[in-house]
Amino acid sequence: MPLQTFLLVLRRDLKVAFRRISEWSHPLLFFIAVSALFPLALSPERLAMTPGESELFGLQSLGIGVIWMGALLASLMGLDRLFLNDIEDGSLEQLMLGPAPLLSVVYGKLAAHWLVSALPLVILVPLVGLSYRLTPGATAMLALSLLIATPVLTVLVAIGAALTVNLRGATAIIGLLVLPLVSPALIFGARATVLALDAESAAGPLYFNASLAIVAVSLGPVAIAAALRAALE
Amino acid sequence: MSEFLAMGGHGSYVWTAYGITLAILLWNLWSAGAMLRRNLRRAARETAADEPARRPKVSQLEGE
Amino acid sequence: MKLPVWFHRFGSPPWVYGFAGACVPWLLICGVLAIAIGAYWGLAIAPTDAVQGEVYRIIYIHPQTAYIGMMAYTLMGIAAGIGFIWRIKLAHAVAVGAAPIGATFTFGALITGAIWGRPTWGTYWEWGDPRIMFELLLLFLFLGYLALRAAFDDRDKADRVSAILAVVGVVNVPIIHFSVDWWNSLHQTATVMQLDDPAMDPEMLVPFLIMVGGFTLLFYGLLFRRLQAGIVERESGARWLRELVEGAAS
Repeated sequence: MPLQTFLLVLRRDLKVAFRRISEWSHPLLFFIAVSALFPLALSPERLAMTPGESELFGLQSLGIGVIWMGALLASLMGLDRLFLNDIEDGSLEQLMLGPAPLLSVVYGKLAAHWLVSALPLVILVPLVGLSYRLTPGATAMLALSLLIATPVLTVLVAIGAALTVNLRGATAIIGLLVLPLVSPALIFGARATVLALDAESAAGPLYFNASLAIVAVSLGPVAIAAALRAALE
Repeated sequence: MSEFLAMGGHGSYVWTAYGITLAILLWNLWSAGAMLRRNLRRAARETAADEPARRPKVSQLEGE
Repeated sequence: MKLPVWFHRFGSPPWVYGFAGACVPWLLICGVLAIAIGAYWGLAIAPTDAVQGEVYRIIYIHPQTAYIGMMAYTLMGIAAGIGFIWRIKLAHAVAVGAAPIGATFTFGALITGAIWGRPTWGTYWEWGDPRIMFELLLLFLFLGYLALRAAFDDRDKADRVSAILAVVGVVNVPIIHFSVDWWNSLHQTATVMQLDDPAMDPEMLVPFLIMVGGFTLLFYGLLFRRLQAGIVERESGARWLRELVEGAAS
């Protein structure tokens, strides 16, 4: 039952997402456009952010920052779709009343959200790597650390969404709740990439993010299910 | 005394830190008490407002 | 299982109100006294530090405020969790009482830390220092808890939803504590918490511990006061409360 439910919800959410292609493709294209324009907007001297730094380093740091911000924004995108739509049309309550375990439903929705928001980003990494002239090592590390950190972002953002699901003006509060919670994952992910850029071992931050991911993915959905139940009581 | 205030040249750091901490303590002391007083006042108002409804009318009792 | 009487008493709002009210003056007075003594001791009597000179004296307030913030959050998380699982309103009232105290003390810890950092580390702030980052996260968790509560009109729903946030955030407290061991950071590793051989000079340790004790007593005094306020708010309309305020009015 749990696995069936998970796969069912996953497929259904993916289908819904693909029907509304513009919802997820527009932000993605926007991100591509913006990240391509960033280096053009800044003159070469500006890119060397401190005296003594080379312009190349400035450009690379900028690229790392841009894509991690992109990861954060991507996880925030489609927040409404995550739970609100299903609550509004009553399907979530139906699912909760039925025999299907709510936890599996939550996992299915999270997986769909991750596939739609984070996976395209990871695929884009080589492109970003090229335009910001990252070293191959840094590009690989960027992809790996994104792969590890984006599930954490998805889970934490979903917790925020579940807690505020029935509130008006929920988006503002989600920002206050979620942004601090995701900052460790972002900080260490960016750090791992920068270390790889300097050809140093990024093991430390990477392991931290990995343990964060394990904890978040295993325990987060429990909190989400509890929050949904509490909100719909 | 002036040596005490100067704190080896770091006087501004030490006293600012202690001052901010003191301010936080004082605010907390005031705020907790103010909250209780405000809630008690509101409870008293609500109790007083209910009074006329709770007491039975005297004329009804006399009639029995 | 037959529970002792005192356990049931703790579930009774009027009893807790009275108990807390009796404790508050003692806790506050002893706490303030201890802080006054400790502060004077730390500022005027304790010897000068070999490395940092006089500015080290911030050690008598900074770790204490940070510790109170962490204790407040742990208490808040546990109380909110208990309130959520066993649906005990008083537990939620404890959590709500702890939040503003924890938030203000955590804020104080960040500020005093920044002030202390300038002359010793050369910088007020360091994005990427683990302990600073997680302490800032703690502040946001407190504010988030209060903001989330405020967004709900129904108090029971506010209790339950914010409790989830409180419990999820508890994991941050041990992270703050162990962060100095796990990463290289500007902060030094624990010196006082090694009970077998504390590395702090005894002449400095005494006022340090006095301040810790004073802040703790003060925290509980403040918490009990706020708990009383929370009980009065939640018990609006109850017979015992009516009699209490009528008695006070006459």
